[in-house]
Amino acid sequence: MTTAAAPLSVFATPAWYQNRTLRRFMRHRLAVMGTVMIALLIMACVFGPYLLPYDDLKIDIRHRFAAPFTGDHYLGTDALGRDTAARLLNAGRISLLVGFFAMVISTVIGASIGVIAGYYRGWLGAVLMRIVDAFLSFPSVFLVLVLAAFIKPNPIMITVIIAATSWMEIARIVETEIRSLRERDFILAARMIGASSRWIMFRELVPNAIGPIIVAATLTIAHAILLEAYISFLGYGIQPPLPSWGNMLNSAQQYLGKAPWLAIVPGLAITLAVASFNFIGDGLRDALDGRSDLK
Amino acid sequence: MSANITVSDLSVSFRSARGYVPVVHGISFSIRPGETLALVGESGSGKSVTSMAIMKLLAPAPMTRIEGRAVVTDNQGNPVDLVALDEKQLRHIRGNRIAMIFQEPLTSLNPVHTVGDQIAEAIRFHERLSKAEARRRALSLLEQVGIPEPAKRLDTYPHELSGGMRQRVMIAIALAMEPDILIADEPTTALDVTVQAQILGLLRDLQRKKGMAILFITHNFGVVAEIADRVMVMYAGRIVEEGSVLHVLSSPRMPYTRGLLASVPRLEHAGLGQAELGTIPGYVPDPAAPPAGCAFHPRCAHNKPGICDVEPPELVEVRAGHQLRCSRWQELCLEGGVR
Amino acid sequence: MKPRPLIEAVGLAKYFPVRQGLLARNSAVVRAVDGVDLTIARSEVLGLVGESGSGKSTLGRSLMMLDPPTDGQIVFDDTEITPFSDRLLQPYRKRMQMVFQDPFSSLNPRMTVGEILEMPLRFHAAALDKAGRREKAEQALETVGLPGQYLTRYPHEFSGGQRQRIGIARALILEPEFIMADEPVSALDVSVQAQVLNLFARVRQNMNLTMLFVTHDLAVVGHIADRVAVMYLGRIVEIAPTRTLFAQPRHPYTEALMSAIPMPDSGNRRQRIVLKGDIPSPISPPSGCAFRTRCPYAVLECAQARPPLRLVEPGHQSACIRDDLTLVSPLDAVSEASPTWARAI
Repeated sequence: MTTAAAPLSVFATPAWYQNRTLRRFMRHRLAVMGTVMIALLIMACVFGPYLLPYDDLKIDIRHRFAAPFTGDHYLGTDALGRDTAARLLNAGRISLLVGFFAMVISTVIGASIGVIAGYYRGWLGAVLMRIVDAFLSFPSVFLVLVLAAFIKPNPIMITVIIAATSWMEIARIVETEIRSLRERDFILAARMIGASSRWIMFRELVPNAIGPIIVAATLTIAHAILLEAYISFLGYGIQPPLPSWGNMLNSAQQYLGKAPWLAIVPGLAITLAVASFNFIGDGLRDALDGRSDLK
Repeated sequence: MSANITVSDLSVSFRSARGYVPVVHGISFSIRPGETLALVGESGSGKSVTSMAIMKLLAPAPMTRIEGRAVVTDNQGNPVDLVALDEKQLRHIRGNRIAMIFQEPLTSLNPVHTVGDQIAEAIRFHERLSKAEARRRALSLLEQVGIPEPAKRLDTYPHELSGGMRQRVMIAIALAMEPDILIADEPTTALDVTVQAQILGLLRDLQRKKGMAILFITHNFGVVAEIADRVMVMYAGRIVEEGSVLHVLSSPRMPYTRGLLASVPRLEHAGLGQAELGTIPGYVPDPAAPPAGCAFHPRCAHNKPGICDVEPPELVEVRAGHQLRCSRWQELCLEGGVR
Repeated sequence: MKPRPLIEAVGLAKYFPVRQGLLARNSAVVRAVDGVDLTIARSEVLGLVGESGSGKSTLGRSLMMLDPPTDGQIVFDDTEITPFSDRLLQPYRKRMQMVFQDPFSSLNPRMTVGEILEMPLRFHAAALDKAGRREKAEQALETVGLPGQYLTRYPHEFSGGQRQRIGIARALILEPEFIMADEPVSALDVSVQAQVLNLFARVRQNMNLTMLFVTHDLAVVGHIADRVAVMYLGRIVEIAPTRTLFAQPRHPYTEALMSAIPMPDSGNRRQRIVLKGDIPSPISPPSGCAFRTRCPYAVLECAQARPPLRLVEPGHQSACIRDDLTLVSPLDAVSEASPTWARAI
């Protein structure tokens, strides 16, 4: 009811806007918890391995299957007597890095395709979106497994494979957003002025679609971590002795009765990381959605 | 004759980070059967909030605070105060004794149900009737609101109808229970002028037949002249001028009303390459930081420091049935500042 | 001597395909603009009036080559621009600009006012450096009555009227010769509408602008335009100098449109011509005269052929075959209005 009477007393700056977004985000308890969890996880993975007394690759057959919280193997040892805590944190480095870079690659691919398809519509847009549909209708886990079977699995290749199968959702979200944005008059105004298509796409449209892109990207990290865990668990992903949360689970399954912590510890890490990213994504969605004051 | 609705001292505040912000300040009016009262104002004047408050359609208690009384007659003929009623009791009044139509009929109709079902449902909500009976009533209502081929229209969906037809359907739903009061919130603003003329004519006809009281909210003085008997001009949450349409439109006294009327381009001056339109400088005040004294004084051409910015003026009667809120109205009359 | 036209349209048409069903081919076309001839002289303001669905906005956009027309020619300053590609149009874009209806959707919410105003200069005034652009933007803002320091603010910090002023500043910054304004005051409150209309009148004088003013509001057009064209279902049905059109309308649709405008005439309710029904679908318009289905004066002949726009007196064209009609003007209605306060039925 105050739209036309926008009170000039409350002048806003972009900082003010960001603060409002931040304020909305801070109100989302789970998202804040998720952010704290991820921050802790990253710090632990970055610095933890230097602080622990054991190396993740050091085999010590005499102390195999040490239980957690006994002695100085804080989280016990595995079948070869390697320190579970050290393996967990080193695996975390790999799993988080794979997740992060897979997100970056798939966001760039997905957002570019989405922007182009949404902006050009017509046959180009139709062809691009049909490609997206084709990728989406193929079960991504199988796609990943098929690709992984042919390609020598190392962390970089795994990242690329995961990215190649997770960009479609972002493409769809961005396409929908761009499609509705391009109907707004400011796009017509830019054309009227003689702005090029590239200018309109990247200077006018993308900044307005950045909210949904960030949300989708956050959720993609969660998805990528999960996917990496899947394929490593199935033995096609990160190969031992290099640890990853997925292959730790894989090697743990033979000793489920004897040493259940070997499965519980990486399992918890995966759950925690994935849930945290999902919570952050939800929080961002709500926080960035307050665009009513921007319209 | 007693009034169909009597609103006294109605105030509405919205909760904000800095406490409650008043947006409607102590409004009082009543509407008699068969009478149309127009509530005019620009965006931010509080005119829609007033109608939403009467219907209790605003966010509930901690978010908004409504004070005052809005008395109507219930089904048993007893007076009830809408402000004091709870949601369950309100449901018997809303759509029954008091109905409302809105600016955008497409969003107020459910897209997945046919027009006939929506009218029939509105009837069956208040009255025990068989489906067939309700459908018959719906058919007769569509006829009454001037929809051609009403039997065929019963089974169409809202999106298949034009804007004007949808507004007729909304009116049919509103009139289903023969309410005492119809609140019409900018019902013709989204329509073309030729269709607007149809809808205004329809409302007048229906009012003459049914004798309901109409509260007509609009920003358009032309529409006021067309439909209303009395008019209230609202500014910054207060009534600043009230009177018969004849009085207010032909000899407005409050500078704000005069400014608004002067800013309407006149057909009789069309194509004369004439002078500028009258304007009101500045903007509607922020309800959280209203100016001292008269809320209009910072924009008023007749502002006199020491008078207008000190004491908020009261609503005074300047002749029978014509009230206004201006500290200097007598001087302005003498100066010839008003017609 | 006739003033040289700045912009001229000949037989202009714009059809849109209608898709029906999931996989269906384009099964029908909407004839949004269906054969329009129009000239706008230099420094003239032409008002284009019509109801929703009349095709007035599409006509405006086609003239600006934003939606290239399906058929017909557009001549701008003696050059036919219809076959031009976006690249060839570039120098003409600088000369014709547009003001939009919705002041909330026409400004990019992520750009500051300064960025919005400087953008046209980036593309068309490459010689200007950053400081030069800033200075011009500041001037443009002051031209439309806003202080120059607003450049660093974002659109959401402004009211609707202020945003519309920014939109006008953007259109003016390249000093165009021609401006198409598409319902530029429809979304504004009356008092703000008057401010913006006065602004249009002022910049038009100062910059010697030629304008096409598209609106549904005859009263607004009467105030601002030199000449008015009335559109119904994709065609112009009447075109005349503003005063002539209001004083002596020759087309029944113009008459009905003027009659329907409610005016705050101190309570005298004029006898109205209330049209029946709605504007027909432009997918299947009535045969002959498109208005005959709602026209109170329709005769059998009206259904036979599409009546052409023809000269009824110098400068006044109408597309009605009935020359025998004496139509009511809102100007006589005012003087003849009944003196008593009574309801017209």
